[in-house]
Amino acid sequence: MSTPTVTHTKDTDTVSDVLFAQGEDQLEANELVENQGFELSLLDALEAEAVHIIREVVAEFERPALLFSGGKDSVVMLHLAAKAFWPAPVPIPLLHVDTGHNFPEVLEFRDDTVARLGVRLEVARVQDYIDDGRLQERADGTRNPLQTQPLLDAISQHRFDALFGGGRRDEEKARAKERVISLRDEFGQWDPRNQRPELWDLYNGRHRPGEHVRAFPLSNWTELDVWRYIERENIDLPPLYYAHYRDVVERDGMLLAVGEFITPRESETVESRLVRYRTVGDMSCTGAVESDAKDVADVITEIAATRITERGATRADDRLSEAAMEDRKKEGYF
Amino acid sequence: MSTLLRLATAGSVDDGKSTLVGRLLFDSKSVLADQLESVERVSRDRGLEGADLALLTDGLRAEREQGITIDVAYRYFATANRTFILADCPGHVQYTRNTVTGASTADAVVLLIDARKGLLEQTRRHLAVASLLRVPHVVVAVNKIDLVDYSQARFEELERDITAAASALGIASITALPVSALEGVNVVDRSPHTSWYAGPTLLELLETLPSGADVQDGSFRFPVQYVIRPQLAGGEEFRDYRGYAGRVASGVVRINDEVTVLPSGKTTRVAGIDLLGKPVSAAFAGQSATIRLADEIDVTRGDSLVSRSDAPAPTADVQGTLAWLAEQPLRSGARVLLKHTTTTVQAIVREVSGKLNLDTAAVEPGESLELNDIGTVTLRLASPIAAEEYARNRATGSFLLIDPASGYTLAAGMVGNALTGTINPETRPLSYAI
Repeated sequence: MSTPTVTHTKDTDTVSDVLFAQGEDQLEANELVENQGFELSLLDALEAEAVHIIREVVAEFERPALLFSGGKDSVVMLHLAAKAFWPAPVPIPLLHVDTGHNFPEVLEFRDDTVARLGVRLEVARVQDYIDDGRLQERADGTRNPLQTQPLLDAISQHRFDALFGGGRRDEEKARAKERVISLRDEFGQWDPRNQRPELWDLYNGRHRPGEHVRAFPLSNWTELDVWRYIERENIDLPPLYYAHYRDVVERDGMLLAVGEFITPRESETVESRLVRYRTVGDMSCTGAVESDAKDVADVITEIAATRITERGATRADDRLSEAAMEDRKKEGYF
Repeated sequence: MSTLLRLATAGSVDDGKSTLVGRLLFDSKSVLADQLESVERVSRDRGLEGADLALLTDGLRAEREQGITIDVAYRYFATANRTFILADCPGHVQYTRNTVTGASTADAVVLLIDARKGLLEQTRRHLAVASLLRVPHVVVAVNKIDLVDYSQARFEELERDITAAASALGIASITALPVSALEGVNVVDRSPHTSWYAGPTLLELLETLPSGADVQDGSFRFPVQYVIRPQLAGGEEFRDYRGYAGRVASGVVRINDEVTVLPSGKTTRVAGIDLLGKPVSAAFAGQSATIRLADEIDVTRGDSLVSRSDAPAPTADVQGTLAWLAEQPLRSGARVLLKHTTTTVQAIVREVSGKLNLDTAAVEPGESLELNDIGTVTLRLASPIAAEEYARNRATGSFLLIDPASGYTLAAGMVGNALTGTINPETRPLSYAI
């Protein structure tokens, strides 16, 4: 059994307050729900599987942590963790690898969520590494590839032996071959040729000192599943997931937000467009999509009809090569 | 209500499996524009006319460079009523390991055969694995039907062969259908070329297969994952809360049901059931829940709550069937770890007693198991587990063997002599070691 270190502040709400605060069908205390259908809906099945994975990892590892960026997948994962241990608080800390190129509204959302749930947040900052020369800014300005070292250092500093990530197998070709519990060596590297077979729902998390695992409870979810679950559970997200007007420039077929990290080039025109984000990452390489989807229901309609994958639409770093994600996973990123 | 069905594919090299999977994804409109663009680009680079749908399932760079598939890949597609998780298992490299992995979680296996070649040794091996792993449904896609001029006679001949082979292996439910993955015949859409075929298309069939077993038939089994005790951190209301978190492995549990805690054998009553924050009247197979008990008794991770009326007897002696997945061979006397439900115990392999010849489906004497072998063993455990025969219960009858030094998963294990049990039902032994 793990010995979690959790910080609780006295003013925070209980998990019950947080989880069920906005639910339309909020239950009266002790009201019993009949549960007799004996068939799991898709979302129920995915939720039950994710909760099972989360509980397995928290029970079997000494020091698990949950990677939390404020992006929708990590928010859903945190919500599942809160449900998994209800009515106790989430028994593990969160870790954010901060590129320094953040959307301010996402950072604000992150801090609000942490305060509400009363969990501990550790932050590993890419900026610190750039400031003291351990890492150098890349010519293209993107900091996503720079996250690996701060992440691995945080893992060894806190002696984390399991990290929950929001990765989904539908996202990308390399991820389609990823295990739910994925072993990483002391360099954080993923070896696709040497993965452990994963049988039934028996997860083998044994590892040697220095090794750790990445655990992906959302492995079998698709982008649409995530959104339908957000709708069903009334989960709050940073506002930039919904349509808003923003000053953008079009670069390499993507809409990038003009601001501190993106300066318009001479040939580029700054326009105010109605956009939203499908993924949230490094502000310098995460593109917005034109959209008038103002709420969850609109987003679901939009995604159900879309013809472009989430990463294809919005991530400059994944466009670098056919195998960009594969290379980053091997290097110890996700 | 949209439901989930887990599939695994199996087939020999060149049966057209990648094309079939690509066709399912493409015709069910699960392929998006940027993915298709990339496939079209690569197809053009290779001098092909149309888009080679097999490329949709190409994964890693190493695979593209060598033109092989390394590992099981997971694909997702959906129709209005059902979402599918497809474990795409490569046919040649690490054949048993991949197929066993895919089949272990599958509700249905889609097995491909080439209409020209008919049943190969490999086909029988795939059927044997599906039977061994007790996959509820086996669907045989007789592919490349266009290359035998859409011949009804040829299809019916193969259908007879398949049904005979399956029933010899004890597979109850098998369905064959004529398809051409390349031409898109009977995968998602019907074709005038096979007007003689009145059955469903592959996708129609997959949409209507029952998912999972009927939960009300199974005995209640609940391996405890974690003990939830918020004390003061959950608020005053939950100060004395003590719940046992886990996933219902089989059956149904209701408030006031009498349950036995294994391996201790103590009995109590269910006082309450919480479904991820909501109190409920019952929980059933597949649900992650938290159970509160009427009496304060000692329950920890690794214990199981089971229905009192048919509680299994915990045992430290297990007869099992293994699919051996490691490079180093297994010999009698090996010391390993055994992971069963939520518990891991030390184990000694007392005897390797037989080896399955996958081609003849016969059990032969054997003293060791090599990579990809399937065989029977006798295990002695350091402490008893609440194991049941795999043929009765997939969840409480399955286990892993783990190398204590490297942590590697050595074997997929099934409690009971699955070989004599499923391969030759008539010779099924009257009593098992457990």
